[in-house]
Amino acid sequence: MLLIECPYCGPRPELEFRYGGEAHVARAADPATVDDEHWTAFLFWRGNPKGLHFERWRHASGCGRFFNCARDTVSDVIVKTYKAGEPKPDAARLMTGTTP
Amino acid sequence: MGESSMMAERRSILPAAVAWHGVRYEPVEAMARFVLRGSDAVCSTAAEVIGLSNPSVLRASHDEHRAILWQGPDEWLILAPEVERVALLQRLETALAQAPHALVDVSHRNVAVRLEGEAATRLLATGIMLDLDEAAFPVGMTTRTLFGKADVTLWRQAPQRFHLETWRSFAPYVIGLLQAGARGL
Ligand SMILES: [Zn+2]
Repeated sequence: MLLIECPYCGPRPELEFRYGGEAHVARAADPATVDDEHWTAFLFWRGNPKGLHFERWRHASGCGRFFNCARDTVSDVIVKTYKAGEPKPDAARLMTGTTP
Repeated sequence: MGESSMMAERRSILPAAVAWHGVRYEPVEAMARFVLRGSDAVCSTAAEVIGLSNPSVLRASHDEHRAILWQGPDEWLILAPEVERVALLQRLETALAQAPHALVDVSHRNVAVRLEGEAATRLLATGIMLDLDEAAFPVGMTTRTLFGKADVTLWRQAPQRFHLETWRSFAPYVIGLLQAGARGL
């Protein structure tokens, strides 16, 4: 079982968590001004990278908080977890020395 | 219709106290329980009303009869004697009137059991994934976690004594697993 580092509770078993989809997908400040193509992208288009993926997780059976996670989709290594609202970490710097 | 016929009567669904090998199981008496959500300042205000301190992360603050359990960075579970329920709710609402918060009476939603004895951690480990060694889960620590597939709140009150709180409808499942685990002690 994976141990996932909750930014509030520390390392906890994977079963306490729920996956929450791609992170840093920002909703337009004024949706009425967004055209269909961009609204479609916001609603439905998601990255599917082989490598580092920024995603939301929720410590559902714990503190209940959503947070963000940078995970390598090849190795399943969780490179970093951080609180929602904190800036997206620099991918190149995160991956240094993490891929087996 | 008389006043008394309008009152809900609370009957415990928990089995009576029993001594298992190395662990005593005991249903916790009916309590007043409130979920409080809001800022840290909201919890400090509530704590002052109750006469306790604002608990730190993953910790409980308590006296002999009342407790505040940290559940998340903006969520706390307040436990108090059943007889204080109505008055305490009113005092909390009055004190928090000006602050954005949510205060919900969940007295009927949760039930709790007490497990005490030298085999308590071994019994809990049959359903809980966390490291229950005192170094990792010291006295005073509390957290929501899973017992099997049920959400529970675990609170270590003493080296060998735990308060295990769960939703009423999960209780038969949790107790069933505890009974099965106890047979293997
Ligand atoms: Zn957490």
